[in-house]
Amino acid sequence: MADENWKPKIIAIICNWCSYAGADLAGGARIQYPPDIRAVRVMCTGRIDPLFILKAFQDGADGVLVSGCHFGDCHYLEGNYKAAKRMFLLKSVLKNIGLDDKRLRMTFVSASEGAKWGMVMSDVVKTINELGPSPLKEFAR
Amino acid sequence: MAEVKNKEARIGVFVCHCGTNIAGTINVEAVKEYARTIPNVVVADNYAYMCSTPGQNMIADAIKEHNLTGVVVAACTPRLHEPTFRNATAAGGLNPFRFEMANIRDQNSWVHMHQPEEATEKAKDAIRIAVAKASLLEDLIPKSVPVEKAAMVVGGGVGGMQAALDLANAGIKTYLVEKSPTIGGRMSQLDKTFPTLDCSQCILTPKMVDVYRNENIELLTYTEVESVEGYIGNFDVTLRKKARGVLTPAEAEARGIVGGGCTGCGDCATVCPVIKPNPFELGMAPRKAIYIYHPQVSPLIYTVDFDACVKCGLCVEACGEKKAVDLDAQDELITVKVGTAILATGYDIFPIEKKFEWGYKNYDNVITSLEFERLICASGPTGGHLVRPSDGETPKRIAFVLCAGSRDNTGVGRPYCSRFCCMYSLKHAHQIIEKIPGAVPYIFYMDIRSFGKMYEEFYYRIQNEGAKFIRGRVANITEDPVTKNLHVNAEDTLLGRPIDMEVDMVVLAAAIQPAAETERTRRLFGVSCSQDGWLLEAHPKLNPCGTTTAGVYLAGVCQGPKDIPDTVAQAEGAASAASIPIHRGEVELEPYFAQCIEEKCAGCGLCVNQCPYQALSLVEKDGRKVMQVTEAKCKGCGTCGGFCPGGAIWMQHFATPQIVAQIDAFLLGGEQ
Ligand SMILES: Cc1cc2nc3c(=O)[nH]c(=O)nc-3n(C[C@H](O)[C@H](O)[C@H](O)COP(=O)(O)OP(=O)(O)OC[C@H]3O[C@@H](n4cnc5c(N)ncnc54)[C@H](O)[C@@H]3O)c2cc1C
Ligand code: SF4
Ligand code: SF4
Ligand code: FES
Repeated sequence: MADENWKPKIIAIICNWCSYAGADLAGGARIQYPPDIRAVRVMCTGRIDPLFILKAFQDGADGVLVSGCHFGDCHYLEGNYKAAKRMFLLKSVLKNIGLDDKRLRMTFVSASEGAKWGMVMSDVVKTINELGPSPLKEFAR
Repeated sequence: MAEVKNKEARIGVFVCHCGTNIAGTINVEAVKEYARTIPNVVVADNYAYMCSTPGQNMIADAIKEHNLTGVVVAACTPRLHEPTFRNATAAGGLNPFRFEMANIRDQNSWVHMHQPEEATEKAKDAIRIAVAKASLLEDLIPKSVPVEKAAMVVGGGVGGMQAALDLANAGIKTYLVEKSPTIGGRMSQLDKTFPTLDCSQCILTPKMVDVYRNENIELLTYTEVESVEGYIGNFDVTLRKKARGVLTPAEAEARGIVGGGCTGCGDCATVCPVIKPNPFELGMAPRKAIYIYHPQVSPLIYTVDFDACVKCGLCVEACGEKKAVDLDAQDELITVKVGTAILATGYDIFPIEKKFEWGYKNYDNVITSLEFERLICASGPTGGHLVRPSDGETPKRIAFVLCAGSRDNTGVGRPYCSRFCCMYSLKHAHQIIEKIPGAVPYIFYMDIRSFGKMYEEFYYRIQNEGAKFIRGRVANITEDPVTKNLHVNAEDTLLGRPIDMEVDMVVLAAAIQPAAETERTRRLFGVSCSQDGWLLEAHPKLNPCGTTTAGVYLAGVCQGPKDIPDTVAQAEGAASAASIPIHRGEVELEPYFAQCIEEKCAGCGLCVNQCPYQALSLVEKDGRKVMQVTEAKCKGCGTCGGFCPGGAIWMQHFATPQIVAQIDAFLLGGEQ
C-alpha cells in the first residue's frame, strides 16, 4: 500500500436490539477487539437505506458492516430479512462499480453474543486490511 | 417534520470519566479539548460521573447558560443511561429528544483497554458523529396510549401462579395460561423441598386453590399462545384452547345441561380401556386415555388424550347424566386484550441419555433425580418405597452423580450450572438415610453449591447424618449383567486415585433446559434469549424481571435456573413491574414514527408491503395518491424508510439527513 500509516475506516450500522446490545455485552465482558470500527445505531437493520451505504463508500469508507438480529429474532419481526435482501442486491451494485463486495458485510449478532461481536470486529478489520484502501477514496468529497 | 437548521445548532458536549472506567483508558481531557473544535459545539466539559446529580445539573445549567439546541453525552451506553440524560436535558428546558449519546465505554474503553491512543481517537470520532446527529435533532412528543387493565401470565408453575396471584390481588384481571391440563408445574412432581423439608404438595396445593378461586384470575389450562399482536398497553393475544373433551360444570351449563359437567369422580377413567404411560409419573405408572394429570390437579377436570383415545364411548356412558364427556370437541381460538404479560414457562429435564457413558435408559437402575422424587413420594407410583426398577428390591448403596450434563463444555451437555441439583441431591441423601435403614448415599460432586439462606447449614447436617462425599466427575458407569448392580468409575480428586464403586442404584442429577415450547413462545412475544436458550432479561443486574420488549416480563426458571424461593421472589418482582403500567393507566411510546413527506411521495405504494404492521396505506389527497401512516400501528422500525425510492419517508429521530450526517461526520471529518 502506498501509505504506510493507512488505517482502515470502517463504519458499522447496527440495530438497537440485538447487535448494539451484543456489542455492549462484549464491553461488559471486556472482550478486546481492534479499534478501527465506528458504529451508528438504528432501531432495526430494516431502516438501512442502501443509499446510506453507497454514501459511506462515496465518502471513502474502506468497509461497511451491517449487523442485526438473527432471522426470526428481529424486534420488528422481519426487518432483517428485508435488510438482507437489500444488502444482497447492493453487493452486486458494488461489484458493478468496481468495488470488492467483501467491503460490505452483513452479520447477525444477538444480544447475548458478546464474544461473537468481538470475533466479527476482528474479522471485518482483517478482511479490510487485506483489501487495502478503497479505490474510491481519492474521489471522496 | 421540523426544518433542518443545522447552521443554527448550538451543541453542548459532556465527557464522562465513569470513574476510571473511561478515564483509565481514554484521555478525557484531550477528548474534551477536541470536542470544542467540532462545528456547532459551543461548550464542552468533562466530569467524573455524568449520571450523578452534579453531572446532570451540569447539563441542565449549560443548556440555560449557553442556550443550547442539543446535548451530547459521551459515556456508557444509551441502553443504560439514555433515559437519565434525556431527563437532564428536559430539566434544562430542552425537548428530551434533542439528546444524543456517544458510547465511549461499553463499545470503547472496555474493549480497547490496552490501546489508549486508538481508544481516544475513536472517542473523538464517536463524539463528532453524535454532534452531527444532535445538530439535526428535532423536538418530539412521545405518544401516550391507554393501558388495558388486564395482564397475562404464560406458564402456571409456582412462578406463574405467584405472579398471577399478586397481579390479581392488586386488582388486575389476569389470564393465567397453562399448556398442560393443570397448574402447578414441576413443583407438583417434587416430594419434599430443601432446606426445610416441607412437603411440596402441602405448600403448593393451597396456592393452586387460591389461584382457582381468585375471581380476578381467569385460569386457562390446556391452552397455548397462538399469536401476539400490538404493543405495551394493548397486546391482542390469541389463545388456542385445546380440545379437552370434558366439560366443566360452567361449560355444561352454558350448553343447557343442568347440573352437569365434570365433578372429578373418575368413573370415566375406570371404564376407559386404553392404557398409556403416565407422563406425570415419568412413565413409571399407567394412565388411561381419559385422565387427570395428578390427584391434586386444579381445576379438577378430566382430560381426554385424543392421541390415545379410540372413541369407544365407554366413558360417555359411565359419565351418565352429567354429560361431561364430549368426544367430538374441537380446539377453540379466543383473543384477549392485555396491557402487560409475564412469561413463566419454566424448564424441562435435559435428555441425559445423550451422555451415554452413564447408561441412562440402558441400565435399569440408573434413574434421574426427578424419577427419584416420584419414587420417594408417598403418592408416587410405588407409594413412596424407593425400589430398583430391575427387581423391585430396596437399594442400599446409592450413588448420586451431580452436575450430570451441567457445567459440561463437551458440547453434549449444558455449559451452565443448573443451580438446584446440589441442594436437592443433599435432600435425597437425607431422605434415603431417613427412610431406608442402613442405606448409604455416595455423592459424586465437583463442588457443593449451597449458596442460599440456611443451605450451608443443611449441607453440614447431611454430612453429619452420614452421607459420603466423593469429589470427582464420574467418567462412566457399567452394569453387571447378572445382578444389575452398577459400577461407578470416577477419580477421587481429593485423594488423587481412581475409584470403581459397586452400587445398587445410580441417581443422575440431570441438567435442566428451557421448556420445549419456550422458543416458539418467546418469539411470539418478541423476547430475546441467551445463548443457552434461557430468556434474556433487560439488564442482568438492574432489570432482571424486564425484557427489551416493553410490557413483557420474566418470572422463574425460564430466565435461568433457580430454586423455588428465587422463582417466587422473581415472580413477585415481575408482577410488580407488570402492574406499574396498568396502574398508571397510560404509557408513553417512543415517538420514532414514520411520517410521509408528501411533496416527495410519488404514490407508488412500494412502502406499503414493507411494513410488518400494516401501518401504511395509500390515500387520495388533492387529486393524487399519497402514503399515509397510521401512527397507532407504527412501531418505528424504519423498514419503510429504508426502502422508499423517493426518500419520501421521514423517520422521526432516525431521519435520513440525520443518519447521513453521522456517516459524513465520521468519514469526512465533520465539515458538511
Ligand atoms: C429433581 C428436582 C428437585 C427439586 N427440588 C427442589 C427443592 O427441594 N426446593 C426448591 O426450592 N426447588 C427444587 N427444585 C426446583 C423447582 O422445581 C423449580 O425452582 C420450580 O419448579 C420453578 O418453577 P417455575 O414456575 O419457574 O417453572 P415450572 O415449575 O417448570 O413451571 C412452568 C409451567 O409453565 C408451563 N409452560 C411451559 N411452557 C409453556 C408455554 N409455552 N405455554 C404455556 N405454559 C407453558 C409448564 O407446563 C409448567 O406448568 C427441584 C427441581 C428438580 C428437577
Ligand atoms: S414508497 Fe415512498 S414514494 Fe412510494 S408511496 Fe411509499 S412513501 Fe410514497
Ligand atoms: S417505521 Fe416500521 S412500523 Fe412504522 S410504518 Fe414504517 S415499516 Fe411500518
Ligand atoms: S431489530 Fe435487530 S434487525 Fe430488526
